[in-house]
Amino acid sequence: MTITRPFTLGAVAYDPKVVTIWEGFTDWFATQGFAFDYVLYSSYETQAEAHIAGHVDVTWDSPLAWVRTRRLAAAAGRRASAVAMRDTDQDLTSVVLVRADSDITDVAHLAGRTVSTGAIDSPQATLLPLAHLANFGLDPGTSFDVRRFDVMVTKHGDHVGGERDAVKALVSGEVDAACVIDGNQLLFAKEGTIEPDAVRILTRTGLYDHCTMTVLDDIDQTVVDRFVELLLSMSFDDPNVRPLLQLEGLRQWRTGRTTGYTQLEAAVDRLGFYDTDGTIIVEGYPR
Amino acid sequence: VNRRRATVELGSLGLDGGGDILVKLALAEQQTGDEIGVRGTHPDLAGHLATWCRQHGHRWRTPAEGTTDGAIGIIERGPAVSARWVGAQHAGHADPTRAGAIDADPPGDWGLAARGATIEPGGPTPQFRIHRRDEVWTDRAAALYAQATAAQWDPTKAIDWNAPIDHNQRVEAAVVQVMTFLIENEEAALVVPARFLGQIHPHFREVQQFIAVTVADEARHIEVFTRRATMNGNDLALSTVGGRASLQTLLDEPDYAIASFLLSVMGEGTFVSLLSFLERHAPDPVTRQISYLTRNDEARHVAFSLAHLERHTRIEPDLRSRLARAVEQRHRALQNTSGLNDDVFDALVLLAAGDDTPEAVRSGWHHVQHLQHEMNDARAARLARLGFTTGEAEALSSLHTRNFM
Repeated sequence: MTITRPFTLGAVAYDPKVVTIWEGFTDWFATQGFAFDYVLYSSYETQAEAHIAGHVDVTWDSPLAWVRTRRLAAAAGRRASAVAMRDTDQDLTSVVLVRADSDITDVAHLAGRTVSTGAIDSPQATLLPLAHLANFGLDPGTSFDVRRFDVMVTKHGDHVGGERDAVKALVSGEVDAACVIDGNQLLFAKEGTIEPDAVRILTRTGLYDHCTMTVLDDIDQTVVDRFVELLLSMSFDDPNVRPLLQLEGLRQWRTGRTTGYTQLEAAVDRLGFYDTDGTIIVEGYPR
Repeated sequence: VNRRRATVELGSLGLDGGGDILVKLALAEQQTGDEIGVRGTHPDLAGHLATWCRQHGHRWRTPAEGTTDGAIGIIERGPAVSARWVGAQHAGHADPTRAGAIDADPPGDWGLAARGATIEPGGPTPQFRIHRRDEVWTDRAAALYAQATAAQWDPTKAIDWNAPIDHNQRVEAAVVQVMTFLIENEEAALVVPARFLGQIHPHFREVQQFIAVTVADEARHIEVFTRRATMNGNDLALSTVGGRASLQTLLDEPDYAIASFLLSVMGEGTFVSLLSFLERHAPDPVTRQISYLTRNDEARHVAFSLAHLERHTRIEPDLRSRLARAVEQRHRALQNTSGLNDDVFDALVLLAAGDDTPEAVRSGWHHVQHLQHEMNDARAARLARLGFTTGEAEALSSLHTRNFM
């Protein structure tokens, strides 16, 4: 495809700061002589479909959006690539927390109990930890009750609110366990939602990767290469760039990889979120 | 080769309770690439440290079997910790007496940062219109600020509001007229520095602090003059067009040096004479106490203004001719106004007379004539301190507004 527009990124507007971030990146790319623009979507599902339809050249994808884009592309005989990600996107884990004084000392003890999660489409606070528990033979909704906190559904759990609500339910004794991404446990401790030593980690998922810059195989590779090269050149030491990196939550861009999505692909299948063609099959999802 | 430099001991403290602060302190003492060990017994410590290191750009590893000194893991310091210090500048020094403490022209992007802080590059560039040291600075600012804070007084306690008033209603009406006049003048003395206050680069902290207290002084003066005027149930008196026109020329002056000169050296200096007069001749103890307290404050404002203008005129001798032109210009602008309103002049005479008998008025008249000479002489003396010749000082003093401020 011949690019007749600026290299255009799709991103999901999960927070007003998203505008600040991509306006800042647009200005910075301009200083590097790289024509760049962005389009904001209200939902990762819409964004994935727009990407397949060719409305944008690259998408800033949640891990779940990566899975869907990859599947939609494959179903159309095309190929998606993960070209760049943040240093903070690699090797994450999710944890299942219980109260420190809880009698639950083993995953098996969750049988018959209630576990809180983030939004229905949160990879980190719902899909990955529930699939992790399922690997222990505990079927979510059957072996134990799931109390879901659906905050900003279709934004794939980017809004931290669902996880915070899940943890508040744990701390207040409404539920027996809560699923959160590892970093948010530290965040909730810092902001005082969790008192020191009030909770402990019952179990932790394996390592997985989070967001990625996704492109499809019909794009001009030289432009993608330049885009990635520029991202990788962004230095945290540069005072003009540092505020953008801080807003986006990274210190360094890294080249993309897809090895960190195996766990989520399996979770999506196990919990029936998308089918292998990327069609949404989960019930109760507003799409 | 990375070297293990230190081990941080957390005991049972987890990263959910502040353990990361001790880790950060230990890392701050190392260089990028150096390693520290972490020891601790919190059950989730290793996992939390792995997460924390990822978020903060450090590398985390668990020690090989048999090589550990009890550390549950090793942190290799990443480069991001020191990024904010790359290219960071020292913004002078907190102590103004240190060599190089006060920058000649501090950059806008130092912004609101403390003088003496290390400034991470980047960020907003607020516009402080008054940013050149020679426009505002005086080495006396810190001492005058210290004097000002030590000399603050509480209007409720410092003045005996129950002291007896023995004079008659005509004299009381004169006191009310004088107070009404003082209030609007003190409003000018509040608004003019307050407008400049937000325009002065915060690097000149002591100047800013002095002006801030000056504004608070004037607020207190307005309070006590108002309270004195109305304490016997009287309404405030007349505010004239001429008086307000004279003060308007102060409000309209955009140049800090000229405004400070016109307001403080010429105006507030003249007010020191006036308040001193009121302290000596007011008919009641409350007015005398108020005049004493406010005069002390005003004298300090004059001292500050003289101090920075003495420095400024020494560095920039041309400033003197600008100041002289400003006085002449103000004189021309006010030529067609009535000057001090008759009501105020009469009130000063009656106030100093203390009674409405011919003999008392004769005495009051004499005191006011003397006051006008004294004001003129003191003004000329202040002008001489700024380097004006005796002839220039006398000429300029005579052009000062008849409205006193």
